[in-house]
Amino acid sequence: MSERMSMDRRGFLGLTAVSALALAGCGGGHEQPRNGGRLRALFAGGGAKETLDPHAANLFIDQARHKAIFDKLTELGSDLAPVPRLAESWEVGEGATVWRIRLRDAVFHNGKKLSSEDVLYSFARILDPNSAEFTGKSNLSTLDLPNCRAIDPRTVELRLNRPNADLPTNLAALGVVIVPDGFKDPAQPVGTGPFKFGSFTAGRTFTATRFDQHWEGAPRIDELHILSADADARGNALRSGQAEYAHEVNPTFARTVAADKSAQIIVTPGCTTQAFALKTDRPPFDNPDVVLAFKLIADRQRLVDVVLAGKGQVGNDLYGKGYRYYPQDLPQRSRDPEQARSLLRKAGALNTPLTLYTSSASAGFVEAATLFAQQCGEAGVKVDVQTGPSETFWKDQLVKGEIGSHRSGAMPIPEFLNIRMLTNSPYNISAWRHADFDADFAAAQSTVDEAERAALYQKLQRRVYDKAGLLVWGHPDWLNAATPKLHGIESAPPNTLNWARFDKAWLS
Amino acid sequence: MTKYVLRRLALAVGQLVALSIVVFSLTAMLPGDAAEVRQSEHMTPEQVAALRNQLGLDRPLWTRFLEWAGAVLHGDLGQSLSSGLPVNQIIGESIGCTAVLAGVTVLLVAPLSTVLGIASAVGENGRLDRVITAVTLGLAAIPDFVLALVFVAVFALQLGWSPATWVGVTDLCTPELLALPVAVLLCRSLSLLTRQVRAGTVTVLHAGYVVQARRLGLPRRTVLLRHVLPNAAVPAVQDLARLGDNLLGGVLLVEAIFAIPGVATALITAVQQRDVPTVQGLTMVLAAFALLIHLLADLICDRLVPRTELLR
Repeated sequence: MSERMSMDRRGFLGLTAVSALALAGCGGGHEQPRNGGRLRALFAGGGAKETLDPHAANLFIDQARHKAIFDKLTELGSDLAPVPRLAESWEVGEGATVWRIRLRDAVFHNGKKLSSEDVLYSFARILDPNSAEFTGKSNLSTLDLPNCRAIDPRTVELRLNRPNADLPTNLAALGVVIVPDGFKDPAQPVGTGPFKFGSFTAGRTFTATRFDQHWEGAPRIDELHILSADADARGNALRSGQAEYAHEVNPTFARTVAADKSAQIIVTPGCTTQAFALKTDRPPFDNPDVVLAFKLIADRQRLVDVVLAGKGQVGNDLYGKGYRYYPQDLPQRSRDPEQARSLLRKAGALNTPLTLYTSSASAGFVEAATLFAQQCGEAGVKVDVQTGPSETFWKDQLVKGEIGSHRSGAMPIPEFLNIRMLTNSPYNISAWRHADFDADFAAAQSTVDEAERAALYQKLQRRVYDKAGLLVWGHPDWLNAATPKLHGIESAPPNTLNWARFDKAWLS
Repeated sequence: MTKYVLRRLALAVGQLVALSIVVFSLTAMLPGDAAEVRQSEHMTPEQVAALRNQLGLDRPLWTRFLEWAGAVLHGDLGQSLSSGLPVNQIIGESIGCTAVLAGVTVLLVAPLSTVLGIASAVGENGRLDRVITAVTLGLAAIPDFVLALVFVAVFALQLGWSPATWVGVTDLCTPELLALPVAVLLCRSLSLLTRQVRAGTVTVLHAGYVVQARRLGLPRRTVLLRHVLPNAAVPAVQDLARLGDNLLGGVLLVEAIFAIPGVATALITAVQQRDVPTVQGLTMVLAAFALLIHLLADLICDRLVPRTELLR
């Protein structure tokens, strides 16, 4: 088998050389998209934890597999604004509490037509209290399910228990996937997605084949394999011709293949967020001057250069640089140790040692923490780095230390505010709890007018920038790799429409 | 003999029970539980509590242990806390890869080390002895992950002789696939066994009865095969058993580098995910294997050099 694979690779190298010459001879530069072939894509695995149940999606590899088989009503564009998918269009009424969603003419893999009942069943399944780990719950929390109904087979009326003008964004969230009415056996998944399910072994393999009746047109490739592999194995497998696509590669790998041209690197600039959370419910960060002082201590460029090996952008203490609702006009905050020291002296916080709680739960955490502690030391504050177990870090960091390491993937800014910055947010990392902030958020969420809503969200973010304990120092570039013969893969932030999208890909 | 085997088996059952208690307690002492590890940032504390209840993690430790033990007596190792899959299935899937690797390695290392060890011993301190010793010791001195990385870089990525990883592989038993990982494991284990066979053979060669046999004019070949080898093999068989047991327990770094979905990977994932039934199931099966292998080794040694205590 491997012999064949290495032959394939050699054969392909020869072929591309020949076809490149032929094309050059014809004066053409671009190849025409071709149909057929098998695409093997590698993602970081999660062992037995990997699941086929689209409503329990959590890992990237799960999401990629579910995306092949299922569709959502909406997806997020590269600016994290909603894009219609199974929902062809929508109308909002009664102060953002009633939504009418028109469904697309789509069919499931078993030949059944998509109908309003499928949508209602999917939402009921996600919200079922007996399925605690279903990830879409919080995004559907505004649904008043008993009062939602099917107007006709292709129109659903969703009624909400409070106004929510961002509902189309919530419908694109993790785990908010449309399954057929009565779907019970995730081991035999049936969806409306571009690929039909073939086989699955948790922690290892997943295969699927082209679905010709997909509403957006059939995919170009015949067969899709989504396989689990650790970072080094992903790189080696790609280079030795065992795969065509590797999700998440590190900067070292990117440098190696840039030198020998054995793979292409697909870069999505600055789409995730690296930060320190300053916990504002405890001393010394209950004093806003101290919060500002720490924001002035951070040498963001140095953190990006050292921790991210320069592959990223400098952060500005806000989440979601470049996404919809991001206030572009805020000045870049930069290092000012003099002012920081005077603020700290004024607050009497120069001589209290602090704890920065971190772990190896995410790449670069410990390195960033160590470097930042050093920068604090230079400014005259003693910060001890405490490294905890990575398995329970996400929960422990809520209680341990005055400062915590933090990272966030790509999500819409309202969702970030919702799960990190409200009094009842489960992951309120900076312990930012203010009733008026919650009220302003609710007001923004219920404002139907687009421009007005944007202004309200920006006002909230200005307050976060000025006062909250979010020290965002960098936005790492997102690096994926593919063999030179794979085409049609666009760079896109994770969790968005064009991320892990293999139905538009083709092999030369 | 039968009595001896039965006594050993009874002892093994006791050891397994003790081990299950130790492993269960140690896993329970780790910070966090399966519900916490499965928690995503979208889950509220109430959802986590509901999940904990769903997984039965809110019940007392001893209840959970007794339930587990009861099910094991019926051959059911329970369900994984992180996936809901039967633990039997998880073990079956991961042990296949490891068993193939360990089996092939042991099958190769046993004859190789015997031949090399005897050759070394017979020409004690000669040129061949020095070459064999230098090469096997040299290979053993290189950590296995370094060897593995070098092999991947040279034989898979540069020369393309063999696949670099086991990613997406369904058929385990192809020679190209096994070549690199088995080579790494072989390099590591060959020296130990060769040294053992050599040492054993040298000792026996100098023993009174061998000197006597030679003096009596028995052919050199007969002396070596009939009198030297069985006695010299005893420590080597014990080492081979230990090696088989080590290899089955998994060779984490080798598995990680070649992306082999074997026992070590399954076990470490289960520990990270606080998946107690899977950790318990895997350790029980591995421990049972280890106890059996060592019993088998003792019986083989008894065949080679009968000892009276086994006959009692």
